[in-house]
Amino acid sequence: MDNERVKSSRRKFLRSAVAVAGATLGYTWLKSTQFLVYAAEPEDKSLPWYGIVIDIEKCIGCGSCAKACKNENDVPVEPFFFRIWVEQYTVMNDGSVDIKSPNGGIDGFKQTIPDEKIFKSFFVPKMCNHCSKSPCSQVCPVGATYESPEGVVLIDEKYCIGCRYCVQACPYGCRFIHPEKKVANKCTLCYHRLKKGLAPACMEICPTGARMYGNLRDKNSELVKFLKEHTTQVLRPNLNTGAKLYYNALSSEVR
Amino acid sequence: MEPDYQHLYEILANAQGYIFPNEIDLQWGILIVVYPFITGLVAGAFILASLERVFKVKILKSTYQIALLTALSFLLVATLPLISHLSQPQRAYEIMITPHASSAMAIFGFVYLWYLMVVLLLEVWFDYRHSMVVWAAEKKGTMKWIYTILTLGLSDISPKTLSWDRKLGYFVTVIGIPSAFILHGYVGFIFGSIKANPWWSTPLMPIIFIFSAMVSGISMVMLIYMVVSYIRTRHFDINVLDSIGKYLFFVLILDFTLEGLDQIHRIYEAEESFETIKLLVEGKLYLTLFISQGLVGTIIPLGILAFLQFYKGKIRLRKTLYFTTGILVLIGVYSMRWNVVIGGQLFSKSFSGFTSFKVGLIGLDGTLMAAFWLILPFGILAFLLWLLPPWKMVQEEE
Amino acid sequence: MNFYIPPQIKRLALAFIIFIALFLVLRSFLVPDSFGQYGFYRGESLADNAKPEIHYAGHQSCLECHQDIEDLKLMDVHSDISCETCHGPGQKHVLSSEAADIFKPASRESCGVCHEKNAAKRKSAIFQIQLDTHNTGKNCTECHNSHQPWTMKE
Repeated sequence: MDNERVKSSRRKFLRSAVAVAGATLGYTWLKSTQFLVYAAEPEDKSLPWYGIVIDIEKCIGCGSCAKACKNENDVPVEPFFFRIWVEQYTVMNDGSVDIKSPNGGIDGFKQTIPDEKIFKSFFVPKMCNHCSKSPCSQVCPVGATYESPEGVVLIDEKYCIGCRYCVQACPYGCRFIHPEKKVANKCTLCYHRLKKGLAPACMEICPTGARMYGNLRDKNSELVKFLKEHTTQVLRPNLNTGAKLYYNALSSEVR
Repeated sequence: MEPDYQHLYEILANAQGYIFPNEIDLQWGILIVVYPFITGLVAGAFILASLERVFKVKILKSTYQIALLTALSFLLVATLPLISHLSQPQRAYEIMITPHASSAMAIFGFVYLWYLMVVLLLEVWFDYRHSMVVWAAEKKGTMKWIYTILTLGLSDISPKTLSWDRKLGYFVTVIGIPSAFILHGYVGFIFGSIKANPWWSTPLMPIIFIFSAMVSGISMVMLIYMVVSYIRTRHFDINVLDSIGKYLFFVLILDFTLEGLDQIHRIYEAEESFETIKLLVEGKLYLTLFISQGLVGTIIPLGILAFLQFYKGKIRLRKTLYFTTGILVLIGVYSMRWNVVIGGQLFSKSFSGFTSFKVGLIGLDGTLMAAFWLILPFGILAFLLWLLPPWKMVQEEE
Repeated sequence: MNFYIPPQIKRLALAFIIFIALFLVLRSFLVPDSFGQYGFYRGESLADNAKPEIHYAGHQSCLECHQDIEDLKLMDVHSDISCETCHGPGQKHVLSSEAADIFKPASRESCGVCHEKNAAKRKSAIFQIQLDTHNTGKNCTECHNSHQPWTMKE
């Protein structure tokens, strides 16, 4: 009698508790699977699929690009953080290779090695390769770096935990930890400018037209026409990063 | 607050050759050296414990609980150096709620959770449940509640239930062995899968990590056994040491062989990165690789252990030698972690230059913090040995 | 039910179910809403990345007021160069129209950065001079028009 009442009220309580718990679990399960159901490859073909070309024949090492990048993107001016930089390779007559990038090339380059010793010399601008199989996105543990639907590799500054795995995984040395924001940072192909229909700052500023960007999907774009007419190479092809930065006249000394 | 650029300017002045401009400062510092060292101790201690349970190595019975609690103490601390090293530690929970399946680091969060909850905690629970029920009945006040909660309220100690404790404990230990391999193999994989870094990128990395982990874990348990037994009873059993020492000897040989194989392979193939790695090993890494890891941490312990396989004379001498060997091996394994983590970042991905590394003393990324994380497990172990004393356990009738 | 479930299993199963349930509930509150929208990342991050202010206005913006200079430029070798290459970021100046808000290159180094002779610069890419022997002490603009460099000043 009394026992029965206690038992039945206990049963009623248990039943409603299970119902509430079940409903909550159901809702959370639905939310949790949301991230599993996404397009593996950005399929929106209406968006451009950005690629980049750098023509080494045209680069004069003025460093305007590197300077413009720091101006545009609020990167600290100290010589330790670069979204893009320019390297100078000097192959000597004795076969040795001298590589330098003073302050990322921002102040230009002064020739320090006398002409007689030089076999050949050239500049190589570097930037994020916006890889289509980017190792940095692969290793990010929380999904804070990713390939956008336009093929631009971006960083979610509000979500990055600063584990630095991406910095380790990038074979090109493009990434760094922003000293003030304390999250990963890198070239974004000036995504904020692309979205306004403007060119990335470095492309805008290059005086010789050594830097090009464009839609790889558009067969009529300057970029694709250039790729068709020139012999281009990516850095570290053996690592299969799907790099979309194509160099024209890349010499074998470059890493 | 102005970020400190002064030390970066110093490093820049010390850079050799050409390094990519962003590579000035090392991304992973001493905390990331400490972390695989700690997880290695966990895996190694657990393997030693399972030798007794699964392979029925009776002589190691007295070390079983110590090994288990050592593993648990270190595992509880294992993620802390990682979290304290993040530049956004308050977001650390994101790794558990949105783990990126392609990231070894993210998966590790769950491998860790699995190992903690399903292997270690369960094994300790099954092993101690009977004793905890008895202690709950004996004690009063807070301790009574603590033990009752720990038993999850299950006070059934009928022979049938006790036999299930043993069966389930055995089952957990069996799955615990591959789990321990996966736990530390994963740490190795976190490095070994980075194709951008040729010092790290090798399929052997998880295997090397596992074997050096076993070596470190066995040594650590051996040392703790000696210390704890000495504190409690002022003496310890040389036969136990001989048995542990035998396993240590063979695993150390395997570890040395594997690491040697990795290097021989690298030297023979001499692919693109070899020139710069050779300079690294002969220069900045010479002390920590050849002297600390190689000579002090491997060759000398191998020599001592080989000697001890034949010499069965003075017990005091042998105990001293075992103790020394334990310390040397731990130094060697710590150096190995250093050589992997720090060594891999000292050379530039341009393969044309080197940077330098100076460990700070204070700060979340400094030596004091690292030392704290290394000492904390011992504090936890002391607490666990007080809470769950192996020598006060209810003796099972075999 | 014929098979025997040990009480440990029952108790542990309950504990694990509670733990996992708590985890899932907590998770549903913590995962950002837009996560997974386009891929394994927070969908709103795309908008975040598009937010920053621009500092370079782009060549077109200069022409709205300075078409006359552009016409000069088009007649000489600097025709393809964007104004902001030498003048620096111009957005502030576009918005305020203040002359002080944009940089005017005045030193030999400003020109030297491109034109200083360097073995690595292709002669086909740029005309080079040896700065330390070419009219030292004078400013480049004393003889050259920056926008029409081959049209010498008197």
